[in-house]
Amino acid sequence: MDLNFLDFEQPIAELVAKIEELKRVGFDNEINISEEIARLEEKSRKLTESVFTSLTAWQISRLSRHPLRPFTLDYVEMLFDDFEELHGDRSFADDPAIVGGVARIDDRPVLILGHQKGRDTKEKILRNFGMPRPEGYRKALRLMRLAERFRLPIFCFIDTPGAYPGIGAEERGQSEAIARNLFEMSRLRVPIICTVIGEGGSGGALAIGVGDRLLMLQYSTYSVISPEGCASILWKSAEKAELAAEAMGITAPRLLELGLIDELIPEPLGGAHRNPPQMATLLRDALLRHLYDVERESIDCLMDQRYDRLMRYGVYEEGAN
Amino acid sequence: MSWFQKFVPAKIRTEASTKSTVPEGLWSKCPHCGAILYRAELERNLEVCPKCAHHLRINGRRRLHFFLDPGNRQEIGEQLSPVDPLKFKDSKKYKDRLVQSQKGTGEKDALIVVRGYLKGLPIVSASFNFEFMGGSMGSVVGERFVRAVNESLRERIPLVVFSASGGARMQESLISLFQMAKTSAALARLSAAGVPFISIMTDPTMGGVSASLAMLGDINVAEPAALIGFAGPRVIEQTVREKLPEGFQRSEFLLEHGAIDLILDRREMRDRIHRLLLLLTGAQSRDKGRESELSRPEVAAPTSAFRSALDSPEAL
Repeated sequence: MDLNFLDFEQPIAELVAKIEELKRVGFDNEINISEEIARLEEKSRKLTESVFTSLTAWQISRLSRHPLRPFTLDYVEMLFDDFEELHGDRSFADDPAIVGGVARIDDRPVLILGHQKGRDTKEKILRNFGMPRPEGYRKALRLMRLAERFRLPIFCFIDTPGAYPGIGAEERGQSEAIARNLFEMSRLRVPIICTVIGEGGSGGALAIGVGDRLLMLQYSTYSVISPEGCASILWKSAEKAELAAEAMGITAPRLLELGLIDELIPEPLGGAHRNPPQMATLLRDALLRHLYDVERESIDCLMDQRYDRLMRYGVYEEGAN
Repeated sequence: MSWFQKFVPAKIRTEASTKSTVPEGLWSKCPHCGAILYRAELERNLEVCPKCAHHLRINGRRRLHFFLDPGNRQEIGEQLSPVDPLKFKDSKKYKDRLVQSQKGTGEKDALIVVRGYLKGLPIVSASFNFEFMGGSMGSVVGERFVRAVNESLRERIPLVVFSASGGARMQESLISLFQMAKTSAALARLSAAGVPFISIMTDPTMGGVSASLAMLGDINVAEPAALIGFAGPRVIEQTVREKLPEGFQRSEFLLEHGAIDLILDRREMRDRIHRLLLLLTGAQSRDKGRESELSRPEVAAPTSAFRSALDSPEAL
């Protein structure tokens, strides 16, 4: 089994393996098998298309956590110039689970913030699997205030299983750190554009997710609790994650339908990790389009719109008494 | 009415007979020290064990009943009721869970907002009902909270909120997560307007409620020994695979780590919060040319808006 493919992608993996083998054979010999390779590649493309048109919420949830998926720093590298990472919350530590810094896009100076997961085991541990501690959120807030002072628009990239549930995190006020960011981001006087690029895990995601636009990549997810967590509470078994994922409606199309996000950014065939440069181009177009769109408003107007947008969240019945 | 009930003060009698949130019977057992307590005495003591001072959980409406001056109370947002936007179903339908909670508590949702008086000082006060789906925050809780903030803003009167919640309501999924942002944004406006917000965390205040409105008080207060935190102790234990320190995530632990300003005994709550509010708003009265209602509690006569509440002071 190819670990770079998820279980439901295994038929695709087998085809891809076959193609690779044929290419190797073709390289060694003089026999012309390019026709056969082309035929198989077409077959693989069709197969991928058919697998990916009917993904379940749980399959998308697994794609959103795919080990090969581009992370924040990958997009920073592909989309931005002159990136200078800035570290630390100025009072306790630098949390590598959140990265931030100044950079340029389309020659415009901006501030970037994002959760950061690790690629190999060592980096995964360093980045705490993308689960920030309070100092991460406080670093983010410090940088957002810096952006406000120098009028830099902010791009937030969301990709976390959630805020870290640890002893030290609680001691240093995980709740307060998240709450403070929600409070401050609601009134920060620069445009904020948030994009869920992978896993949008609950309060730990929202803590850098309040702004003027909320975008989601096609195979990212955003939810109040992980499907496993929800299943273990409501179904009393983490095994029911598949049902929980479905019930909670955590995928981009569903959330777009519910009016909770502004745009779904399509991913390349097979997901962002199959063609990162193409993903980067699509993301860049969307980010710039939304940036220029929000910048047409005066900042006061934008602040009112952001507030109204937050106040509109909620579905209830208002009856006569 | 039995001969005995006639001896019970009217205020307590109506509460006990209409809203029976405690087990029937004359006696209760303290969950902390195990003492057998006379029910009426426990109620007179605001559900604090007279033997060991353990603060029992108390429902939202009773809490506001104890906290606010009698009469002159007006409920805000009571006409809002929850819906099921996702058609959510686990082992049970969300709709059925709602009906069950509504029947069990007599409330439409987990937050009650009341405009009333605290020792003559006009305030808006809200209280979570932990018995209603674990005090979880969904759309109705968020919207009622925002209306509480807006009432405070409009009237420039302080906001006092008692939290008791397991966090966001999973059955409303991302909509409930976004209530965290909604309530926090409303509080940012209240803060900018210089109207005080006192957050009182009671047992338990966890997850999305703790990580939004509850931690954003100008003054953060907790009742003794309340469980307060972001992640639940069981989740943390499973993640870090070590035993949690003694008293972890309890009020005293939070005070020691600087997360809250003070711990207050429920029996002192009215006096101490009133005094604090006078101290906070009194500073504003020194501002020349600015006559704030906040600084003159003695003029707090009932306004016309309160007439209906006056007619039925037991409405709450």
